[in-house]
Amino acid sequence: MNHCPCFFRLKKGHGGSFRFLSQPIFWISDLQLPRRGPGGGRHQPIRVWVHPPRRNRTSGLSPASLGAGRGLGAKPAAATSRRRKNMAGAAGPGTGAGAAGGDGDDSLYPIAVLIDELRNEDVQLRLNSIKKLSTIALALGVERTRTELLPFLTDTIYDEDEVLLALAEQLGNFTGLVGGPDFAHCLLPPLESLATVEETVVRDKAVESLRQISQEHTSVALEAHFVPLVKRLASGDWFTSRTSACGLFSVCYPRASNAIKAEIRQHFRSLCSDDTPMVRRAAAAKLGEFAKVLELDSVKSEIVPLFTNLASDEQDSVRLLAVEACVSIAQLLSQEDLEALVMPILRQAAEDKSWRVRYMVADKFSELQKAVGPKITQDDLIPAFQNLLKDCEAEVRAAAAHKVKELCENLPIEGRETIIMDQILPFIKELVSDTNQHVKSALASVIMGLSTILGKENTIEHLLPLFLAQLKDECPEVRLNIISNLDCVNEVIGIRQLSQSLLPAIVELAEDAKWRVRLAIIEYMPLLAGQLGVEFFDEKLNSLCMAWLVDHVYAIREAATNNLMKLVQKFGIEWAQNTIVPKVLVMANDPNYLHRMTTLFCINVLSEACGQEITTKQMLPIVLKMAGDQVANVRFNVAKSLQKIGPILDTDALQEEVKPVLQKLGQDEDMDVKYFAQEAMSVVVQRLRKLDLPVKDCDEPSAPGADKNHFLRPRGPGEDAGKEGAAVRGGQSPCRAQVERLESSEASYILVAGSVAPNVPSSSSSLS
Amino acid sequence: MSSSSPPPGAASAAISAAEKVDGFTRKSVRKAQRQKRSQGSSQFRSQGSQPELHPLPQLKDATSNEQQELFCQKLQQCCILFDFMDSVSDLKSKEIKRATLNELVEYVSTNRGVIVESAYSDIVKMISANIFRTLPPSDNPDFDPEEDEPTLEASWPHIQLVYEFFLRFLESPDFQPSIAKRYIDQKFVQQLLELFDSEDPRERDFLKTVLHRIYGKFLGLRAFIRKQINNIFLRFIYETEHFNGVAELLEILGSIINGFALPLKAEHKQFLMKVLIPMHTAKGLALFHAQLAYCVVQFLEKDTTLTEPVIRGLLKFWPKTCSQKEVMFLGEIEEILDVIEPTQFKKIEEPLFKQISKCVSSSHFQVAERALYFWNNEYILSLIEENIDKILPIMFGSLYKISKEHWNPTIVALVYNVLKTLMEMNGKLFDDLTSSYKAERQREKKKELEREELWKKLEELKLKKALEKQNSAYNMHSILSNTNDE
Repeated sequence: MNHCPCFFRLKKGHGGSFRFLSQPIFWISDLQLPRRGPGGGRHQPIRVWVHPPRRNRTSGLSPASLGAGRGLGAKPAAATSRRRKNMAGAAGPGTGAGAAGGDGDDSLYPIAVLIDELRNEDVQLRLNSIKKLSTIALALGVERTRTELLPFLTDTIYDEDEVLLALAEQLGNFTGLVGGPDFAHCLLPPLESLATVEETVVRDKAVESLRQISQEHTSVALEAHFVPLVKRLASGDWFTSRTSACGLFSVCYPRASNAIKAEIRQHFRSLCSDDTPMVRRAAAAKLGEFAKVLELDSVKSEIVPLFTNLASDEQDSVRLLAVEACVSIAQLLSQEDLEALVMPILRQAAEDKSWRVRYMVADKFSELQKAVGPKITQDDLIPAFQNLLKDCEAEVRAAAAHKVKELCENLPIEGRETIIMDQILPFIKELVSDTNQHVKSALASVIMGLSTILGKENTIEHLLPLFLAQLKDECPEVRLNIISNLDCVNEVIGIRQLSQSLLPAIVELAEDAKWRVRLAIIEYMPLLAGQLGVEFFDEKLNSLCMAWLVDHVYAIREAATNNLMKLVQKFGIEWAQNTIVPKVLVMANDPNYLHRMTTLFCINVLSEACGQEITTKQMLPIVLKMAGDQVANVRFNVAKSLQKIGPILDTDALQEEVKPVLQKLGQDEDMDVKYFAQEAMSVVVQRLRKLDLPVKDCDEPSAPGADKNHFLRPRGPGEDAGKEGAAVRGGQSPCRAQVERLESSEASYILVAGSVAPNVPSSSSSLS
Repeated sequence: MSSSSPPPGAASAAISAAEKVDGFTRKSVRKAQRQKRSQGSSQFRSQGSQPELHPLPQLKDATSNEQQELFCQKLQQCCILFDFMDSVSDLKSKEIKRATLNELVEYVSTNRGVIVESAYSDIVKMISANIFRTLPPSDNPDFDPEEDEPTLEASWPHIQLVYEFFLRFLESPDFQPSIAKRYIDQKFVQQLLELFDSEDPRERDFLKTVLHRIYGKFLGLRAFIRKQINNIFLRFIYETEHFNGVAELLEILGSIINGFALPLKAEHKQFLMKVLIPMHTAKGLALFHAQLAYCVVQFLEKDTTLTEPVIRGLLKFWPKTCSQKEVMFLGEIEEILDVIEPTQFKKIEEPLFKQISKCVSSSHFQVAERALYFWNNEYILSLIEENIDKILPIMFGSLYKISKEHWNPTIVALVYNVLKTLMEMNGKLFDDLTSSYKAERQREKKKELEREELWKKLEELKLKKALEKQNSAYNMHSILSNTNDE
């Protein structure tokens, strides 16, 4: 074990006996730090305080002398700092920047800050300094990090889990800071303590770091330091250390000598039959990983019995982890051994009385299938899979349904079609009319993939009826899943086959009461449009797309506008000019201000896709006209739109038409309108400048930031509302009180928006 | 997607305006629509059809010689299970089993001398066959025990009677643990404990009583039961965060702890510190906090020296964002303070009152209010008075500040009272603190500024170092390339 660091031994009055490289600026602790007994041995995590460091690639800090000894936090700060002054003759960090900075030794500075922060009562500040642990280590130099900092960390573990987590993480990258691989073992003691704490995340992180530094150990050091640590953990009193040990066997086994290997196996064996289920779970979870590093003989003679025991553990939480291990073990064994040693257990797991275990089998089915090979799959797994598909628990059926496609894909191509047709398809047919919607929806998400495997004829004869049935399913998620995978079928049979059934399904989803469903179908529109073609689209779907523009939910209107843009990209400008643009522009006269704003939002996204001509000739006049709207929301959105479409317009239009309107809006009585008008103006002016046009009769609008109040105020309603989440907007801005037209449904929506905030996309419909 | 989605045909037409606007009906509304569901147990999978039951003659009509034989037959008959998810199947058989179970309950509770050694095996077999089952997955994956209706056990009409019978059996004066322990063993108890995860509160209630009886009667199983509960709790805290029967298990533990002999064994202390205290971190603390606090206080009443570690433990896990939990913690602290010894109080007063001081100035009025209520407690008041020199300086700052700033008038009024009380305890100190308050605040502000300054300088230094490093790397590079050139 490490020597007692001289630095921490340094006590009041003994400063003279220790030579500092430069003036010590840290207080010297007058409290005896808790030290481990001379015997070394296992140490309990002592929960006191800690001084950690963290990497921070600034390196090159001169090895400053550093006194990091610190009271155990019990001393009042004032007293400590006074003592410090008297004793060390240098101002401590706590007394202020001036004092420490006055020393003129900058290199000591960061450490001063960090260590002082470690004493702070605020967790966040302590965390900050812990995260700079490497700075301290760099400053100390490798030797003093090893002899002073690390033992200190080991002995004084601070008790806030969050801080411990940060510490555990950093120590994993500390090898360089302690002097490279030759000294990596110095990091073991603090990590060992961390690997025994209760909090799982801390422990897991400590194990992760230990695994990382185990690779950096030399083989000698591994046996001298790392393996003993694993053994200590494996025989710890409290379950936490034994749990942590489970994760460490596989990293040290391959590099250990034969004698040690036998010991390691012995330890692992005993953990597999630990009387604490937590430990057995940890061992079961690592069984596969451990098996992979063992010699094949040992796998057969030792791992398989352990696997058998764990797979028949009394707790289902252990048994289900054995299923995972099964995948790894199966990969290692020959077919005969598999059949004799593993398959009985796997068969048993597939029929376990606990649904959790069966679920696990279903969930890992593809991996199992690959691991056991085609022969056993054909003989054993397919029947097991059939049972899982008709399991009594919906969870299991859903998990199995998810695997249908992968299972079929991975079957050997020869004879695949027959197997699927005879042994899988009948069960799938049943699932289409399952009582549980999750099962149906899981199936719907993969079933389309079968068409590529089965080919055109089978698809038309057998799968198509299933697709059609699912398209009519009562659960929208099922229908959506089918529609979202249309491309698979398109490749095989073409979408026309489906279009007759598709249409009613789409129309119904388009009008679903749940906005998330509507949103989902909108997102598939461009895809559908591409596959169905422009004619079909114009005839059947165009009206839907327009209807979404006036949806009651902002998120839908927003998605609908983006959808239009994508459609234009797909079908071209001419199509846009004939079918979309006129309809959008008509909405500018709608009595509902929300619809008028939708026009503006559409113009924002369409202008780029449509190009200069349409924008200038058709859109701009409408936008400009709307600058006189009664509702302030519309007016400031006009300003924003003008800013957006500015780059597309030519300079004449900017100079002659846009600027005057913005100037007028800049004088608006509403402060939001004014703000956005000025912002737009500055952009427009900049653009004109760039084009080197004389900017005359235009007062440079005050920079947006000039209106300081603006930033303190919430944004105007309708402004980025969809992204902000549902702020309750009642009565924020007095100028918003002039409600032009508040439909009753909108009003009720506002109430709801306040109460179920997280679910509802905040809408611009809130309040005008 | 909730199951409340309307059937497709009706959908477009039947949606009310409000629903269309919202899209998401409120939780309460949805709940009202949802019918109370019940679920079957996982054991009913492809068992095929059940044999039909035939009524056996009544036990009371049998002669005493035949009675025992008949009793066992009836027990065996009751081992057959029926699918209650299918409410129309096997109606006749279900009724026969129900009547038989009723008769069995009656039989063991009214007759003496009927629980003979040979019957134990059949009795336990019947009980095991009926109640031990893998609990099905929860219908509602994000089941919130505080909000949601629990899913009820479908086979309750039978299971209830089985539990009833089990209890009568355990409580019968004829019951002999020495014989029963052959059947009611560790494996049995293990399975029983797993059932505590049942969503059905009626079942958990029975289980609670059953387990309590078993703990009382089977001395050999006690350590095992404690250990298993320990494991369940640890799994709950650190692995799954989900177990429905925590409150019931804690209730049993409450009475177990009550019976611990003094001095407490290390094992029990470890249970307190490593299991019960970390349990305060659980998300659903509200569901079992009362029972948990009771257990903790029981421990402290047994051994007062545990007070300090317990309070430090609670302070370590003090909720940072959940005000509701904070109120619970404060309640527990008050319960602890009610039984604290003055010497123990001295040991924890500083960290404790630092926390209370933070709570008092919480902007959540319920937290502040709960903390201020401490001053209505006579015993706590006397403790504070004894240690006023220590406590007043800790509390003063935040009390003074909220007396000026808190938004809630009730809190302000309460704070005035508290300040008055404290002033009466030590007027001199109070005056000193009042006069130095401003200076103190300013010093704090200055310190804050200094800290910012320090960090800023640190950043600058970091940049400088990075630059230096770059330069040196560059130099190294040029040296190396020079060597290469040669």
